[in-house]
Amino acid sequence: MIIKSLDPRISRAELDGDASMEKELQPLEHFETYEVFHQKKRGQHHTHVGTVHAPNPEMALLFGKEQYGRRGMSVNIWVARTGDIFASDYDDSDIFTTTPEKQYREATPYKVMDKINEYKAKQGS
Amino acid sequence: MNMNEQNTLAVKELLYKMADDLLILGHRNSEWTGIGPMLEEDISFSSMAQDKLGQALALYQLLNNLGEADPDTVAFTRNDLQFHNSELVEYPIGEYDFSLMRHFLFDNAELLRYTMLMDSSYEPLAKLARKFRGELKYHKFHGDTFVMQLGKGTEESKSRMQSSLDFCWNLALGVFEPSPYEDTLIKEGVWQGEEALKAQWMEAIAPVIEAAGLTIPDENTWKPVYGGRGGKHTENLQPLLDEMTEVFRVDPGAEW
Repeated sequence: MIIKSLDPRISRAELDGDASMEKELQPLEHFETYEVFHQKKRGQHHTHVGTVHAPNPEMALLFGKEQYGRRGMSVNIWVARTGDIFASDYDDSDIFTTTPEKQYREATPYKVMDKINEYKAKQGS
Repeated sequence: MNMNEQNTLAVKELLYKMADDLLILGHRNSEWTGIGPMLEEDISFSSMAQDKLGQALALYQLLNNLGEADPDTVAFTRNDLQFHNSELVEYPIGEYDFSLMRHFLFDNAELLRYTMLMDSSYEPLAKLARKFRGELKYHKFHGDTFVMQLGKGTEESKSRMQSSLDFCWNLALGVFEPSPYEDTLIKEGVWQGEEALKAQWMEAIAPVIEAAGLTIPDENTWKPVYGGRGGKHTENLQPLLDEMTEVFRVDPGAEW
């Protein structure tokens, strides 16, 4: 039985509904993923914006620009292989438990300096 | 520049062929929307097609400022004989290798064309060229990256890219069909002309094609496909126009 779907791309693929959905991926059948980071303004942090499939970093950059940069301004992109990201374990989430209590460690004033300076400049002019 | 009668005609001819190339190729490439080879590429290719329509609109607007009809009328009410696009851009999308190769050859020329036009003595066009340059740089980057990737990919991808290059070659040379106003445009400093552009284009694409392991067809076989600039087209253009204008023709005076 061939799967019929509202999405023409699925119907076109003529998937066999009776066959097991679990099949082994062949080489070139599926690309690995890259994480995409955008920088809005030179000097600012790069921010994670999403993931793309790509066969290599150049193609990931190519796709990352259009997936996440075609709306809104950015000046620079990074891409990194998802597999290269070394992450903490969710079982260890308790290492962050007391963080909200330590407001004395926060550097909130620095985050608004741009606005404060802008305001001062406006007042001065 | 002095916009006397001769110069105005020359500039209009230049604007028409540039705008028509963009409108027709933008429409063609948008036909891949939803059926691209992978999601990321579907979005990228569609987004570039949209860039082209935006660029075409800006050029039709310049023509409007020079006394031609408004952009919608110009884009949607002419028949194929009144279009000045090169034949390269009107061919159906075919398989993805063809669409990619056409995009690579065309957009390399576009980037160089608009880079030249940044210094145009016709200031409104120089201004647009400076604005479009970033988009075109990405289009070239996209085309170059794909040609390299697939040229060096599998046996199948390489042979597909080579046969598309062979098929596109004379059509791509046709993009540089000289204008009847070539001398005026060069003398008036509007731009350096098609011949100079073709030379720069050759220098830009040859190393990419070579690095991709592909071969430019033998020079003895080169036969530029001219005629499109003067309204001579293949049987592929009118059906495209019929489809593109279908909704417009339902109610030409509608406010959108």
